[in-house]
Amino acid sequence: MCSRHLILEDSRSLFRFKVDVEGVVHGTEPRASPQCRRVTHCWRVMPCDIIETECRKREMDLNRVRHVVEIRMAEWQKQREQRQCRLTAAQHIASGKLVAAEKAKALLEAVIRPGDRVCLEGDNQKQADFLADALASVDSSLIHDLHMVQSGIVLQSHLDLFERGIARKLDFSYSGPQGAAIARALAAGKIELGAIHTYIELYARYVMDLTPNVALIAAVAADRAGNLYTGPNTEDTPSIVEATAFKSGIVIAQVNQIVDKVRRVDIPGDQVDFVIQADHNFYVEPLFTRDPANVTEGQILMAMMAIKGIYAEYGVKRLNHGIGFPTAAIELILPTYGERLGLKGKIATHWALNPHPTLIPAIESGWVEQIHCFGSEVGMDEYMSARSDVYFIGSDGTLRSNRMMCQNAGLYACDMFIGSTLQIDLAGNSSTVTPGRIAGFGGAPNMGADPHGRRHPSEPWLKAGREASDGPPALTRGRKLVVQVLETFGDKMVPNFVEELDSLKLANELKLELAPVMIYGDDVTHIVTEEGIANLLLCRGASEREQAIRGVAGFTEVGRGRDRKAVEALRRRGVIRRPEDLGIDLLDASRQLLAAHSIKDLVTWSGGLYAPPSKFRNW
Amino acid sequence: MEKFEVKGTNRRRAPGGRRQTITGVNASGNLEVMIERVLPDSECLVEVTTAVTGFRDIWYAVIEEFFERSAPGGLRFSINDGGARPDTVMLRLMQGVRLMEAPP
Repeated sequence: MCSRHLILEDSRSLFRFKVDVEGVVHGTEPRASPQCRRVTHCWRVMPCDIIETECRKREMDLNRVRHVVEIRMAEWQKQREQRQCRLTAAQHIASGKLVAAEKAKALLEAVIRPGDRVCLEGDNQKQADFLADALASVDSSLIHDLHMVQSGIVLQSHLDLFERGIARKLDFSYSGPQGAAIARALAAGKIELGAIHTYIELYARYVMDLTPNVALIAAVAADRAGNLYTGPNTEDTPSIVEATAFKSGIVIAQVNQIVDKVRRVDIPGDQVDFVIQADHNFYVEPLFTRDPANVTEGQILMAMMAIKGIYAEYGVKRLNHGIGFPTAAIELILPTYGERLGLKGKIATHWALNPHPTLIPAIESGWVEQIHCFGSEVGMDEYMSARSDVYFIGSDGTLRSNRMMCQNAGLYACDMFIGSTLQIDLAGNSSTVTPGRIAGFGGAPNMGADPHGRRHPSEPWLKAGREASDGPPALTRGRKLVVQVLETFGDKMVPNFVEELDSLKLANELKLELAPVMIYGDDVTHIVTEEGIANLLLCRGASEREQAIRGVAGFTEVGRGRDRKAVEALRRRGVIRRPEDLGIDLLDASRQLLAAHSIKDLVTWSGGLYAPPSKFRNW
Repeated sequence: MEKFEVKGTNRRRAPGGRRQTITGVNASGNLEVMIERVLPDSECLVEVTTAVTGFRDIWYAVIEEFFERSAPGGLRFSINDGGARPDTVMLRLMQGVRLMEAPP
């Protein structure tokens, strides 16, 4: 670390200036320090125009000025100085911390430098969309080659950054709707890909080697001191701000409104540099809403098998549900089928879960003790505020979500993850990559992984561990239940079971070092399909595993390629269980079993507190 | 539109006394099955009318496995298919046999 000091001296006076990394001159000291190491012939290091300007300001005779650059070693505050520089550059744009919406672009051009690492907040739920548009509109001759480090590439403006050359490099987690566009941009060389992460993996790198220089975030309200109220969608904001603000970065928030006093401080004002009241409320995607009207009887059958064959069998109380119709079906039959089996209070009481509207009937029927949320869900806010015994609610009366905390709960405090996937191979590896689409990971790989650092026992965890182990019982560690629930065929009769994941082909085409795998086969403990449950914990060796997977793969080619004898042997051992082995009557697999048949039913269950977004209102 | 039938032989008569029933709906991605107790106890038959062509080998695989799993002796199944997936077909056929178990 070193800094450049400029000393200008003529026959009358001597001035000493500090020249920061950006060539901006600071301060004057009318004396030279004896410790200085003086270097002459400095024209190459010091731009002439700086010297000229500074001389002219002080009416010095340029021809007679002696100039030196002093190099002092051991400078440890460069980042703070740089930050100060940027704040100074933005001073004329802001009034205190407040910046007018129409000056957003000017603000970004003042505080962002080429090559910066920038986090544009946005995940699978909330989006700093106003700031995303502003960033995509900056002058790319001023700001270019940015390294975007952010949870989601979701909006068109996120891709525009790369298209326009404002950004070049990308480290991210989730892409959802832009999966195909990202794959195209990668193939065309528009994006230089660092890596695709899970959410907490990316936050971890925020404090390790991907610390943002600038974070552009979203909140519901701010006061004039910059204190932010994020509303129920707190999500990633604390993790992003922590990493940026405490490493001399710049934090800019778009807010829906400026208020005199925020109802609750989610982010303290001294961690926020600028606040812009956007011309519209930030966007939130209702990603976790599933209409009960679209739940099929096949999904209900899978839900019955999961409840009877896994939830009840292991006594799973602490869990996470992934997104999708099969898990929505489970939520919707807890108060009916679960009740009939006498399981209330014995399973599914504590959740790390987004506010799934389909869980409302189970909550209202007294099944659920508490739920911590990664984010919020459109329309659920009032309902949750009114159920503070169940949800985490601030003293102001609204939900506090936190993705980092909830992911941590999913890792270390859940005994089970159950979720859907798009493809699963013969070893149980699963992926959501389909031809030409990179959907990213989000949080599922962490939810769906057995954390080797867990040390507290619980009955389901120990039972799963015992099933998997042949070692000494006293040293048998537990296992997290990682359940994949999927139909054997997807839309248009595309098989969900495959010999080789499409992700391998895509990784090859795009020259990725690591093929994107959502959940590795060695973490998966059970696979549930309409045909039955395969318990992979009980399998010994790769070929047993393969036959167990083929044995529930239905009429896909993988399923029809089974060794029938081997599959029957696995069934006798209870490795594979069919509905009839579980005592399930197929006549129960009917939509009559759903506690709610429509979104409107969910509204009724909630006592009118759930306010579904318009796209789900079909009555 | 495609029409075909699959015949099977059976060890025993399907239990129950019901003569006829209908289950499911003829909608996209779903199917409707009419079940009639009209055949000798050692025979069974599935007639398929489907809107989607080109999956006949999977239909045969599904129906043959169904015969094996449920032994529906004496029953004739008439399927009106709207593009249901094999798992849904299997579920409906199995549910049909269960419905026929009811007393007449």
